[in-house]
Amino acid sequence: MSKTNKKGKKVSRRKFLVRGGLGTLGVLAVGTYLFRNPIRRNILAYANSMDMAYMGSGMEPMIWFEVTSDNQIILHSPKVEMGQGTFTGLAQMAADELDVSMNQIQIVHAQTDTGNIDTFSTGGSTSVAGLWQPLRELAATMREMIKVEGAKKLGVSVNEISSENAQLTAAGNSITYADAVKDVTEWEVPNTPPLRDLKEYKFIGKPIARIDLEAKVFGDPIFGLDAEMPDMLYGAVVRPDKIGATFVSSDTSAAESMPGVVQIIQEEDFVGVVARSYSEAENAKQAIKVDWSVERDWSSEEIQAILQVGEGNASLIQKEGSDIDDSSEVIEMEFSSPIGAHAQIEPNGVLAYVNGDKATIHISTQVVNLTRKEVAKRLGFDEVQVNIVPTYLGGGFGRRLHTPHAVQAAVMSRIVGKPVKYCFSRKEEFQHDMFRPPTHHVLKANLDESGMIKAIRHDFSSGDVAIDSPLLPGFVHSILGADVGAIRGGFCQYSAIPNIRTVSWHVELPFATSWWRSLGLLANTFAWESFMDELAVKSGKDPVSFRLAHIQDDEAGTRLKAVIQAAAVKANYTDEIVDGRAMGFAASTDAGTPCAQVAEVSLKNGKIKVHKVTCAMDPGVAVNPDQVKAQCEGSIIMGISASLFEKMEIRNSELSPTIYGPYQMALMKHAPKEIDVVLLQGIDKPGPVGEPPLGPIGAAIANAVYRLTGERLTAMPLQA
Amino acid sequence: MTISFQINGQAKSMDIEDGNTPLLWVIRDMLNHKGTKFGCGKAACGACTLLIDGEAVRSCSYAVKFAAGKSITTIEGLGNKENPHPVQQAWIEEIVPQCGYCQPGFMMATAALLEKIPQPTDEDIDKNIINVCRCGTYYRMRKAIHKAAQIKAESIDPINS
Repeated sequence: MSKTNKKGKKVSRRKFLVRGGLGTLGVLAVGTYLFRNPIRRNILAYANSMDMAYMGSGMEPMIWFEVTSDNQIILHSPKVEMGQGTFTGLAQMAADELDVSMNQIQIVHAQTDTGNIDTFSTGGSTSVAGLWQPLRELAATMREMIKVEGAKKLGVSVNEISSENAQLTAAGNSITYADAVKDVTEWEVPNTPPLRDLKEYKFIGKPIARIDLEAKVFGDPIFGLDAEMPDMLYGAVVRPDKIGATFVSSDTSAAESMPGVVQIIQEEDFVGVVARSYSEAENAKQAIKVDWSVERDWSSEEIQAILQVGEGNASLIQKEGSDIDDSSEVIEMEFSSPIGAHAQIEPNGVLAYVNGDKATIHISTQVVNLTRKEVAKRLGFDEVQVNIVPTYLGGGFGRRLHTPHAVQAAVMSRIVGKPVKYCFSRKEEFQHDMFRPPTHHVLKANLDESGMIKAIRHDFSSGDVAIDSPLLPGFVHSILGADVGAIRGGFCQYSAIPNIRTVSWHVELPFATSWWRSLGLLANTFAWESFMDELAVKSGKDPVSFRLAHIQDDEAGTRLKAVIQAAAVKANYTDEIVDGRAMGFAASTDAGTPCAQVAEVSLKNGKIKVHKVTCAMDPGVAVNPDQVKAQCEGSIIMGISASLFEKMEIRNSELSPTIYGPYQMALMKHAPKEIDVVLLQGIDKPGPVGEPPLGPIGAAIANAVYRLTGERLTAMPLQA
Repeated sequence: MTISFQINGQAKSMDIEDGNTPLLWVIRDMLNHKGTKFGCGKAACGACTLLIDGEAVRSCSYAVKFAAGKSITTIEGLGNKENPHPVQQAWIEEIVPQCGYCQPGFMMATAALLEKIPQPTDEDIDKNIINVCRCGTYYRMRKAIHKAAQIKAESIDPINS
């Protein structure tokens, strides 16, 4: 994105090394969802805060900012841009403390060679929130450093200088930032100055157009698969169709003589081919015969059977008062959600060049540091010998938290001695995804005489999300006993209910499941909020006031109540069916961000049609309200897609479908024509944005269908 | 074989070994126009959509030999920063893209739609714009398509603008 890169011209730059050591890492508020055991509570906070914070080491010099000779600031982002708008938000935050205008700031992905490495990931809706404090402090410090140099050049004292639009002014004289710093060899680093008041900011809080907007509208080559190197070759790797398949032997003789084939690759853990072009590599791959051994056949039904609550290991994660009273009337419902694919449009791919003792990897990755570690380990390199060049991601959604293909490309490149680019086929994307795990939920409640919830219990079962993830230390799971990803949205947010139990059940599935945007939130909220709707009906109350009556007036409760009320008011919520349309209500709290949604739904020939969604969310400070709204709109549509259509099946151990269409997803015609987003600001700092609005949508739709048909939909994808 | 066509207004003669090579890869890897994207390779997602003689075509499943003698337009030829196509102008005004990967395909499909139906209804859009966007930008895209139709009409007929 940098202007200099785009035009290909080289300008001399001054590199600013600002030392880290800011130590201001955000910690996720776990609110009332406490683990009673203090060790487990701390571990949960730690595990959650890992994806909350910027995790730079703080010990190495890191390039955060460059000033070009034409007075542009280039911000090196340790977080990647995958559509969530992080680059724009970070640029706004930096510009406001640096005193530069938006057209004087550019942002690029930090390469690992610059040392600016986030040791965790880009994920968990935490980039803007996690960098809120450290980035503004860095920018403010940088501004003061520039002022110190400007003061020397202007012959005045620092406190006489004012800064604006990348220019310093004192006593009628002005100097640009570029001129102020051009000869600096040793910096004086002042103490971090106090940050400005929110009201003083020019860009933070404003709906600034995305900083990558033009690049994306005019088709600039910014994505991983767009990367090029001279003399580049194309790789392909053979993958099995069946889950659990292990390599036995291969016959590559037919492939060897295929046109364009440069080399067949046979490693202990993969078989591949390198060819002159993408098509030639793919054709040769098809001609490689591999024998796979499959221990047993799996089917969707078998997966569903081992996934039932009651199977696997239980972990009590929320405990208030006592358990459900089985001796009085118990209201009970079950819910389920299927295996979901990431289905991001840019297939996983990589361009790797291992040249002597140096490896360069261009890749769409959410785990820059982990990608580097894995490549270095396989090549027998030190990490500093591997430079990861992160690109814009053609969708992330959690899929790019796993990048073993970087290792394979690096191995192929080392063998052929040239840069090798390779990407997944769409079939491989669907069969070798790290899926959203299927889930099963059992909810039980006792109501008192007045129809209030006396006791409630949620048992949910899920395949792995975070367990065994290289992103979390192993002890997290062994101490917690619960999967920190699967439990997202699993807790009871209705804090006024006196007796609460939440139990997370963990089962091992025979295929890989992992992080999918919002993790457990989508399925857990579907179950919770469908059940709350049922309880409201049973107690004869409307779903809005019923929810409000079960929330305490603490900080989290006050914010949750506010979004529930705001959504109901904005949507003119009614239980009545108007013109064949009914409204469904649902709310969730994810990582401290409360969100409520109203879906307006009709049925046509038995098909669910979502006409309008009203969404009220309190993300705290919306650094860029337009992009926060875009995240709400996108989450709502992705949530409609997952709730109404998406489902992977397993037959004879083969995952299908393997292509869009059969793997049905929301298209233009399924998207609501109206999406009305209301943003509240219940706290004075930014909170998570990119995942929380995925929570309520499934239940909101199902609850609307209930009003139309009197039937409760309990399985995703929803079918009326 | 030698295959000649026009791309973004320029005549090209390409030496192609296999005429069945998908046009997408000729454009991306031989001509180095990276704006046309690979998504599925089966004409199922539309990320590779470009125009051939004004028709929207999914180039991942279109053999290059069929492009002989034809005129191809990719996102790079639709418009540029100084002189954006109405579709691109509308996409900017509505701040449509998120990850952005599928967007060129959608913009090309929209450009073709507006040539056939200058003022598309919502139903026209639903029926004709059938690419896949995972970020869920459809809501803004619909607004942008209507806006593009308006910008295009105004640029053709300045008196009524």
